[in-house]
Amino acid sequence: MIIVKDLHKTFGDNQVLRGVDYHVHPGEKIVIVGPSGSGKSTFLRCLNLLERPTKGEIWFDGINITAAGTNIDKVREHMGMVFQHFNLFNNLTIQKNITLAPVKLKLMGEEEAAENALSLLARVGLKDKADAYPAQLSGGQKQRVAIVRSLAMNPRVMLFDEPTSALDPEMVGEVLEVMKGLADSGMTMVVVTHEMGFAREVGTKVVFMDEGIIMEENTPKEFFTNPKSARLQEFLSKVL
Amino acid sequence: MQAWFGEVAEKFEAAFITGDRWKLYLEGLGVTLQISVFAAIVGVLIGTVVAFMKLSVRKNGKKTVWAVMADIYIDVIRGTPSVLQLMIIWFILLADAKNGVAVAVLSFGINSGAYVAEIIRAGILAVDKGQMEAGRSLGLSNAQTMIYVIIPQAVKNVLPPMGNEFIVLLKETAIVGYVSLTDLTRAANQIASRTYEAFMPLIGAAVIYFIVIKILTILLGVLERRLRRSDNR
Repeated sequence: MIIVKDLHKTFGDNQVLRGVDYHVHPGEKIVIVGPSGSGKSTFLRCLNLLERPTKGEIWFDGINITAAGTNIDKVREHMGMVFQHFNLFNNLTIQKNITLAPVKLKLMGEEEAAENALSLLARVGLKDKADAYPAQLSGGQKQRVAIVRSLAMNPRVMLFDEPTSALDPEMVGEVLEVMKGLADSGMTMVVVTHEMGFAREVGTKVVFMDEGIIMEENTPKEFFTNPKSARLQEFLSKVL
Repeated sequence: MQAWFGEVAEKFEAAFITGDRWKLYLEGLGVTLQISVFAAIVGVLIGTVVAFMKLSVRKNGKKTVWAVMADIYIDVIRGTPSVLQLMIIWFILLADAKNGVAVAVLSFGINSGAYVAEIIRAGILAVDKGQMEAGRSLGLSNAQTMIYVIIPQAVKNVLPPMGNEFIVLLKETAIVGYVSLTDLTRAANQIASRTYEAFMPLIGAAVIYFIVIKILTILLGVLERRLRRSDNR
């Protein structure tokens, strides 16, 4: 579904990604972990070209999205993204946050989008917040809305960039719960996170990134019980 | 004491009532407001275009020709006195123009546009860049995200400095006396030279400016509060 070939990204003199190859298959839940500065967020942001790779190719459903002339807006319609800082549109109500893209991109009529938004909000228990503004919501509520906003586009894959890192501890659970539900529904997911419990429980594959490359990749069970590289062993001893 | 009051009353009468002089202040105020309002409109139009010119970047991150042009315009306008700009347009560039107020509007509009451009640019840059990323990640184009997400938030950011800019502009129009337009300040000055008494006309004009700007400040406050609705917690 997503094929990454020899991905490089440099910011000035800083080599953040130094040759990443990866293949995401439909239905997989890839969880990426690693120390900060390892390039995992940059890798994720390259997948929908929020960061332009310096070198390498990314293919999504048979299209080379890094090729010149690819309509990236069209590609992004099918790739949802959830951010660490939620990034809800502050000037719009919750419902309008969800309906803006489907309506303006002419994928749905105003009414259909509104109905869809309300039923999605009901799924995450926030139907009564439809007319509220983002500033009136807690962090956990905002992130649940952000997930719903992406889902309203019927994406084929969902990217999560540290979705719980900016939350108060007591709100992490409600967001992970929604993500678990999404995983159970069969969504293809790529998740950058520090939540090892989530990686173990929900991930089909866990990827360890360090110093701009993928150091190790395995099933959650093997990954946590039988880490091979010394760097991963050291990392796990610190975070578990 | 009585003599003092009598004198003040006399001066007041000379400054405002004799020969219906109060009408001169009103006419002057009319010119001041006309120039200010239309110049503000011209300034916002120019400023908006210039702000977006300045925000444009090429794919490789370098400045566009538009951005360089915007830089030059802003540098020239901010680097020269507005009185000189007015005199250059009035006496040199548009020396043959018939409508003096229109020339003043153009001059002040071009001047204000440079400051407005920077206000708008700052207002747009102050919107968190995550807002643009969220819009783009949903498949919206740069322009769509600008129109529906960034600009509505930027408008709130720019309102206070825009109000400030308009107030500065309104007072700055007092320099049209240099090119023989009779605005409020010049009207007061003319009356002063006719009555050989400066106190009443000048203080009177100052009070009128003050009241107009006070009313404006109140209206801006109301507008700002209304626009902040989505920030209520």
